[in-house]
Amino acid sequence: MVRKTALGSVAAAALVAAPVMAQDAIDVTLGVLNDRSGIYADLSGEGSVIAAQMAVEDFMAEDKGLNVEILSADHQNKPDVASNIARQWYDQDGVDAILDVPTSSAALAVADITAEMGGAFINSGAGSTELTRGQCQPTTVHWTYDTAALAIGTGGAMTDADTSWFFLTADYAFGHSLEEETSRVVEEAGGEVVGTVRHPFPATDFSSFLLQAQGSGANVIGLANAGGDTVNAIKQASEFGITQAGQSLAALLMFVTDVHALGAQTAQGLVLTEAFYWDLNDATREWSARFEERHGSKPTMVHAGVYSGTMHYLRGVEATGSTDGETVVEWMKANPFDDPLFGQGYVREDGRAIHDMYLFEVKTPEESTGEWDLYNLLATIPAEEAFLPMEGGGCEFVEAAG
Amino acid sequence: MFELLGIPPQVLMGQLLLGLINGSFYAVLSLGLAVIFGMLNIINFSHGAQYMMGAFVAWMLLEYLGIGYWWALLLAPLVVGATGIVLEKLMLSRLYRLDHLYGLLLTFGIALIIQGLFRNYYGISGLPYQIPDALSGGQNLGFMFLPNYRGWVIVASVIVCFSTWFVIEKTPLGSYLRAATENPTLVGAFGINVPRMITLTYAFGVALAGFAGVLAAPIYSVNPNMGADLIIVVFAVVVIGGMGSIMGAIVTGFGLGIVEGLTRVFYPAGSAVVIFVIMAIVLMIKPEGLFGRSA
Repeated sequence: MVRKTALGSVAAAALVAAPVMAQDAIDVTLGVLNDRSGIYADLSGEGSVIAAQMAVEDFMAEDKGLNVEILSADHQNKPDVASNIARQWYDQDGVDAILDVPTSSAALAVADITAEMGGAFINSGAGSTELTRGQCQPTTVHWTYDTAALAIGTGGAMTDADTSWFFLTADYAFGHSLEEETSRVVEEAGGEVVGTVRHPFPATDFSSFLLQAQGSGANVIGLANAGGDTVNAIKQASEFGITQAGQSLAALLMFVTDVHALGAQTAQGLVLTEAFYWDLNDATREWSARFEERHGSKPTMVHAGVYSGTMHYLRGVEATGSTDGETVVEWMKANPFDDPLFGQGYVREDGRAIHDMYLFEVKTPEESTGEWDLYNLLATIPAEEAFLPMEGGGCEFVEAAG
Repeated sequence: MFELLGIPPQVLMGQLLLGLINGSFYAVLSLGLAVIFGMLNIINFSHGAQYMMGAFVAWMLLEYLGIGYWWALLLAPLVVGATGIVLEKLMLSRLYRLDHLYGLLLTFGIALIIQGLFRNYYGISGLPYQIPDALSGGQNLGFMFLPNYRGWVIVASVIVCFSTWFVIEKTPLGSYLRAATENPTLVGAFGINVPRMITLTYAFGVALAGFAGVLAAPIYSVNPNMGADLIIVVFAVVVIGGMGSIMGAIVTGFGLGIVEGLTRVFYPAGSAVVIFVIMAIVLMIKPEGLFGRSA
């Protein structure tokens, strides 16, 4: 109710005060809400704001009668902080859509508030499948990746009939869910999970846990953690000669910035799943070069997802002439995208963006020709196989409609 | 073969050794804190940031000047110590007459500023730093594979810790220091430059943090938050050992590393809190700490 009044008055003000503007100029305010100073600041942070700006410029929003403004804020990876900012943005700052939001707990909080306030939520940074399953909302689009896609990619690729896994799991919701998803993939492929150790989050020293993993004799050690924890675990696994002794490491969530932090010397041979890599094709290289010029480092898949998600959202606003969250998201689901960064794909009824995922292997120092030349493409996981099916996902509004 | 709570002895030996390695970091860091608190009565909350600076200086020396690990082990503590001198001269020296709390707040603020600056320039993901060639590889001890570098960490910390203890407790220089803490005016009357001695003591404590940072660089992620993650544990170690007690800091540092290592085997989820549980128990039973002199 409040929302409509606000929109109405904005429209009225625009009509009265700006006769020089195109008649149907629409004000769009986008809010990039993510981690600006903590462990996810490099993979999202300022880079996501730049990606959103680039989307607005590349879309040539002004020529199309869209008057776009971008806000940004730090949610410190805390759901309560994220909720407060989201509420204030929708209530007082006229925000129409919130972008990015890494950290699953924060993302789930923002998804609910967005639905309540009639905005749109284009998530790129968070991993929880819940966003499009048990806690789905008709105003949520989950663009880039989720824990199931990572499990399907990496877990599937590394498991044969008698492969055994041992998990090093970060002891909080995200780690548990990643471990659970991957265990399922492993067992479906005929593999076996022989053990798991839950480490505190965050942790610095992993040697003790790694030794337990080594002692288990498993073929694959799965790292169900993220960011600095993953980097430390891999660094120390290399030091303790774990990979040299024949066990493989599977980093279940790893971004190109993490691999960059490790360097090819330490990270070589790691297998991981991502939705985007800067060196995939001409279009990704061209965009990434422009991004690097402005940000100083190559984009992560989260940055790319913010760019593409914003693009598709703006198309929806242009086509529907509305900034009402549900209307625009409905348009986004009805119209497939052909995107320079994510290729062809579509947004499924439950809000899950369906596109190809990629299985990469980290290059050896000899193969790598530059500090960001880090991946060899092992396989492309076709869009239809990359994510969990919608059926049986427990998304209420989908099941009600179907 | 006997087993303890279902854990085979080889595994136990391995974990004891790993605990000792972590304890080495705790010992060197808490030693620096204890020296600074014992001599200056300053609770140096920027210790974690200075540890982080040690690791970063090592990385910078390699990246910008091509100076390798061994020189970094000497130079990085000097650089970090020099920043400590500036900090002590400009700010800390004004606080000695005030309550501990002021020093704590000042150094805490400085730690946040330093971390923020590094985060701004180098990001949060961290930077790669390789183990020096001479120490790569490892030894198979039968019960575990011990990387050479970890062995070196234990040796280096033990040497540094006991030399520091020896200088402060057993040499004339150390006796001046201890006397200056008791009664600066009187020691000054004997012709000893007390303010300069205090400045250098702070620089030394800070340099110890920088030294630990260089030791950590090849095995832990070199990132702006590396110190913030560790400093709270190190403070708990100092409290358990007894604020200002040199030997207490060393012994509890190594000891708690071992306790933490064992917790990782028996109850991994509890390994993050075990030190704080011990701290709470020690504070209840012996509030001055295990090695503290009751005031």
